[in-house]
Amino acid sequence: MKCIEASQMDYRVLNERIREADEPCRITGCLGQRFIGAGLKEGEITLADGVPGNALGAYLNGASIFVEGNAQDAVGDTMNDGSIVICGNVGDTAGYAMRGGTIYVKGNAGYRAGIHMKAYRDKVPVMVIGGCAGSFLGEYQAGGVLVVLGLGEQESPIVGDFPCTGMHGGKLILRAKCGSVRFPDQVTARQATEEDREEIRRYVSGFAKAFHMKEQEILDSPYTVVTPDSRNPYKRLYVAN
Amino acid sequence: MVREGNVRIPSGCAIAAVISREGKRMTGEKITQAMKPMHDRSNGLGGGFAGYGIYPEYKDMYAFHLFFDCRDTRKQCEAFLKEHYEVVRGEIIPTRKIPKITDEPLIWRYFVTPLPSVLRDLQLDDKEFVARTVMQINTGMKGAYVFSSGKNMGTFKAVGFPEDVGVFYRLDEYEGYSWTAHGRYPTNTPGWWGGAHPFTLLDYSVVHNGEISSYDANRRFMEMFGYKCTLKTDTEVITYILDYLIRVQGLTMEEAAGVIAAPFWSAIEEEPDREKRVKQSYLRTVFSSLLVTGPFSIILGFTGGLMALNDRLKLRSMVIGEKDDRVLIASEEASIRVLDPDAEKIRAPKGGEPVIVKVREGCY
Repeated sequence: MKCIEASQMDYRVLNERIREADEPCRITGCLGQRFIGAGLKEGEITLADGVPGNALGAYLNGASIFVEGNAQDAVGDTMNDGSIVICGNVGDTAGYAMRGGTIYVKGNAGYRAGIHMKAYRDKVPVMVIGGCAGSFLGEYQAGGVLVVLGLGEQESPIVGDFPCTGMHGGKLILRAKCGSVRFPDQVTARQATEEDREEIRRYVSGFAKAFHMKEQEILDSPYTVVTPDSRNPYKRLYVAN
Repeated sequence: MVREGNVRIPSGCAIAAVISREGKRMTGEKITQAMKPMHDRSNGLGGGFAGYGIYPEYKDMYAFHLFFDCRDTRKQCEAFLKEHYEVVRGEIIPTRKIPKITDEPLIWRYFVTPLPSVLRDLQLDDKEFVARTVMQINTGMKGAYVFSSGKNMGTFKAVGFPEDVGVFYRLDEYEGYSWTAHGRYPTNTPGWWGGAHPFTLLDYSVVHNGEISSYDANRRFMEMFGYKCTLKTDTEVITYILDYLIRVQGLTMEEAAGVIAAPFWSAIEEEPDREKRVKQSYLRTVFSSLLVTGPFSIILGFTGGLMALNDRLKLRSMVIGEKDDRVLIASEEASIRVLDPDAEKIRAPKGGEPVIVKVREGCY
């Protein structure tokens, strides 16, 4: 284990120290340094205290990052592979344009979580948010799986306004009945089927393991699955093809 | 160099603030430090601070902070001021010479009161007269620029990174019950001392992160009421809009927020409370030209309080925390942790949700 005391350290220097390490890194005292672990293929990074800056784990490519506290905006921006686990809350645009790997957030997410998430063949990103999500959840989602659990005592609803705006691929799963949530016209929201539940178990299992929680307790609840309409919503928008 | 106001370059910024609800005074040192973790949000082309409660010994006088390009301009401006104001004190604003801040203009401050005879002749109240003086100097007197004009408050701004600007202006030597701060990444203008934030008029000061898309619509409307936007920057027009809505029109802070970050029509339709619905729709209709669109997160400073507000789509970040009697606001949580490592109740207000913090009555 390599310990890095990051207070007053520039983000470039911090990232260099992380890249040089050939063992897991434990970082203390970080405060707002951006791009921590950017592009890393392998290794483990633990942020033991402090607040990592924006774009934590951007372009992450296989390494794993564990954060004891909160993270700021754009966690896992365009990440390709690997895992990011956040024990606190995340700011806006978590999982921005994510294209692979997993993000687990124990607390709440800000606005626009999962914006522009995408998938290609075996690359299917998964982001699970334990608390609730802000407005514009899954905006322009093109692929991948976005799960919001709404666990714990929450002052706000499980999801804010305008979820799935511009969604045209992938899947959103909410651990609620969602009777009062207004979804846009181009998506379909339905109660989870048995088949869905099998799939949901996989995501919940990974999440529960990351935070040492009881999987079954999380599963015992109604779930809503939202997908874009099967007929391609933009197919005839410009040309018939 | 082409001065700000003569060129438009088709922007990121950092904002922060702290206020004591009990009116306890804090030096400007902490807020300066708090800008450090957000260093990369600015590019060195502007930093600034506003402190409230910093001039208790002159609290009933307007404190004018001015930039001058040369001694002659200063003499000319002082003569103009003396015709209309009782000038109780005029002095150079003390600064530290540091390598990171260079090419400073002449920086002066004056504690003034409008002459009663002048106000009587013009049949104006003192605030309106002061606002007009600011417009008159900033548009008519070449080489002079008023960048602060409130009572018992002051703005300090420069070209440079905010953490250096705070050192330059010796903010550790001032004490205020609230402070706002800004680090600039100018996107539409070249970055001149006058164009740094906060933008102020009377005791209203605005720090802003974002780039509004309604600038010209807002500016045209405001110019009908005598506000002259001299610098082509969006923050200037936001400052004037808030002065117009709150001081001139007498709207509350909440109502003013409901004009510039008005709820969507769909949200108004769904509002169950009839009275609220009628009011929201009234404000949107009457002040439709003052709807501010595009990304912004702003902190408005005023005597005895602060208001933080995001655009309704929340296209910029803003985090709020609390500790004891203090409320801490910043673009990033990292900055809040500098203001107080043990800050609690960390939250991000929703788009269009104004967060208004006031100092307890009688404590400022």
